[in-house]
Amino acid sequence: MKISRRKFLGSSAAFAGGAFVIGFALRSRAQDAPGAPGAAENPFNAWIHIKADSSAELVLARSEMGQGVYTSLPMLLAEEADLDWERVTVVQSDFSLGTGGSGSVRSNYLPLRRAGAQVRLAMIAAAARAWNVPQSECSTCKGEVSHPASGRKIAYGKLVPDACCQPIPDAKTVKLKDPSQFTLLGRETPHLDIPGKCTGAARFGLDVRLPGMVYAVIARCPTFGGSPAKFDSAKALAVPGVLQVFEVPARGHRVFTAGGIVVVGKTTWAAMQGRKALDITWNFGPNHGESSDLLRAQMKQALAKPPAWTSDPQGDDLDSISAPKRIEAVYEFPLLAHSTMEPMNITIHLRDGKCEVWSPSQAADAMREVISKELELPETSVMVHTTFMGGGFGRRYQYDFPTEAAQLARHVASPVQLVWTREDDMTHDFYRPAGMRRMRGVLDGQGNVLAWSDYLADLAISQFWSAPGQYKLDGSELPPPIPYPVPHIRTAFTPITSSVPRAWWRSVENSFNGFAVECFIDELAHAAGQDPYLFRKRLLQLPPIPQPKQRDDDGPAPDPKRLLAVLDLAAEKAGWNKPLGPNRGRGIACTTTYAYLAEVAEVTVERDNIRVDRLVMAIDCGQVVNPNGARSQIEGGMLFTMSAVLKEAITIRDGAAEQQNFDDYSLLRIAEAPALETYFVDSHADPHGLGEAAVWLTGPAIANAVFAATGKRLRRMPLRMDEKST
Amino acid sequence: MAQFALNVNGATRTVQADGDMPLLWALRDLLDLTGTKYGCGIGMCGACTVHLDGSAVRSCQTSLADVRGRKVTTIEGLGVNGLHSVQKAWIAEQAPQCGYCQSGQIMSAAALLASNPHPTDAQIDDAMVGNLCRCGTYFRIRKAIHRAAQETRS
Repeated sequence: MKISRRKFLGSSAAFAGGAFVIGFALRSRAQDAPGAPGAAENPFNAWIHIKADSSAELVLARSEMGQGVYTSLPMLLAEEADLDWERVTVVQSDFSLGTGGSGSVRSNYLPLRRAGAQVRLAMIAAAARAWNVPQSECSTCKGEVSHPASGRKIAYGKLVPDACCQPIPDAKTVKLKDPSQFTLLGRETPHLDIPGKCTGAARFGLDVRLPGMVYAVIARCPTFGGSPAKFDSAKALAVPGVLQVFEVPARGHRVFTAGGIVVVGKTTWAAMQGRKALDITWNFGPNHGESSDLLRAQMKQALAKPPAWTSDPQGDDLDSISAPKRIEAVYEFPLLAHSTMEPMNITIHLRDGKCEVWSPSQAADAMREVISKELELPETSVMVHTTFMGGGFGRRYQYDFPTEAAQLARHVASPVQLVWTREDDMTHDFYRPAGMRRMRGVLDGQGNVLAWSDYLADLAISQFWSAPGQYKLDGSELPPPIPYPVPHIRTAFTPITSSVPRAWWRSVENSFNGFAVECFIDELAHAAGQDPYLFRKRLLQLPPIPQPKQRDDDGPAPDPKRLLAVLDLAAEKAGWNKPLGPNRGRGIACTTTYAYLAEVAEVTVERDNIRVDRLVMAIDCGQVVNPNGARSQIEGGMLFTMSAVLKEAITIRDGAAEQQNFDDYSLLRIAEAPALETYFVDSHADPHGLGEAAVWLTGPAIANAVFAATGKRLRRMPLRMDEKST
Repeated sequence: MAQFALNVNGATRTVQADGDMPLLWALRDLLDLTGTKYGCGIGMCGACTVHLDGSAVRSCQTSLADVRGRKVTTIEGLGVNGLHSVQKAWIAEQAPQCGYCQSGQIMSAAALLASNPHPTDAQIDDAMVGNLCRCGTYFRIRKAIHRAAQETRS
């Protein structure tokens, strides 16, 4: 059943297609006001349908990319509505909201539960009217209202017609269940999308098939910002199955495409073969000289000079503190590709002034805006369907592929699927930034950290994204406040100018900030001659020192007790003090970013080869919605991070990415995957998001374990035993 | 262009294509069997894995000319009567996250178990090392293969 937003103007319950429907507003980010996405005109972006057969369907405005929202979000609703979970289904709504930042569960915990409570109360009210009994005598369970005093029961479906005629309770004032009453939340629940992903039935973006559909690839200049100077299409058009060849122009800032030559074919293969046959002369543009070597040299130079930006000082300058021990170390991290297993793609059909789009996208609402702008159509003429996504990790927020699709649609009469090959995807990504930083620390005689300084020089995301001339220096690349009480703190930053596109990669800056913070605290522990676990534990037990907020979204100050609890749990489960054999070591790391987490890595280093044997994670993320999904996110996050820290790097040469495919950009494989253990703390506190949580601490846990095994401190990612100091 | 009669999932399917077209694109674009995925096109990721006469092959590296007279099985045809034991184990272990690589993972695992019903961890590594998973589901994949082996035994 198709439900449009407009049908719900002015009321939030409706009788649509024989179902009782409640509309509500999911939030894109935790800090958004409820209802912000559509404001007064379109107040709802998600709906629950209770059907006459008592089944329930949630129309979900979030994108599923493997993080489990297809299951976790309906669980929130079903819990409060007392639905029969076996009869709950989910469909993807059009115009899905931005899905990222580990925010789906965290920001919708209350909106979804309130909507569920509205359903339950509406059903109770309808049953009480039918039986002429007080509502307070009725209860609900598994999609039925019962009246224990008289033994009567009635299924929700039978109450639908009456419930639809009555006003529904105000979402703001409904009473929610006490966590002790939960029957579904916290219960191990299989993911609703998994069976289809085991039979080939699940349809991803590249699996969209429409009558008369054709396929397109685009030849793009290898250098960033380079464009076609001239081209000859004759040989490409001679390839069997090739239908059209044409040029699309550059779209500048925010979209960041530089133009290209489109080849349309009857099959993906024909389009790919046609592209190979193209004769193109490139204008390599102004960035042709850029290289990783030059970028590294700029970073080194930056660190030798005063920073461009410094945080508000906390306490005294490091140099003015007299103390017995000063430690200094330089850390380095490379550009990284998202490498979603499903490369970028999008399918579009423009016909009679209407445009229909099928997109694996983390933000279908933004895609609609971009496409309507490119096609000069009103947004109401553009329909964007969200498909399953073969991974997201932040890449599928970008405007490049939807803009290209809109450009194609003007030339191609049939539905057309724009396919990025793996090479396209890897060489025209928005990469995780590269950078270098100098960490400094000062210890007193007891091993207390008196001072901490972090000076970062990286290819700042915000600099790349700012409109020309609009860049405002700030500390957004730097980590949130460290959880350890340190009286004197300095943080500083210098942006490195580069043409390399960069943006949000799972956990954004936390993927490199966490590494430095948790490795450097480990260095301080060893410098103090203390066990790195006990050192952290001791620091966390000191009285906290309030730190100025670095970012607007830092949230309330974390609770050191909750961090201590997971630190102890991880150490205990890992057997922290148990001796390991030769060439083996354990490393520990912890964080309050995303949730309270602590991790222990066990490694073996032999013949300069780092093998991770075991990763143990302890997590306090508040109320666990679905333990199955929560574990999955932590396990996956640990391996995703391990892959990055041990194997991955994009390097730049002649203004282009050197790596093209999985033969020169290595990802973690099964033979390298360690044993994984996850331990969740029982809690009913408000839930935290877990999609990015493991990224902060898995890298440092491994590097700290390598140090424990070998005495060698690795500070440059990807980690190599033959690393030379920067 | 030539006409190819392909034996796919037990049925004969005819396609018009060049003999050097990879089987992957014939399955996906000509036969609408989209369960077999494109990941890299160079045989490095395993997302396109199918069975050719029962053995796991990368369909992006297998041309139509190569499959003449041979039996192709894709994820859609793996379970003969309902789900294959490997698919059941994958669901039981809740292995997939985004799911994109899982058709290829399942096809590789099914071929492994057909030739070696009770593989060791090292044998699993050897058979599955060509299948990339970006979400990091390897730990559950390994458990699912052991589970499928166990259920075949009992």
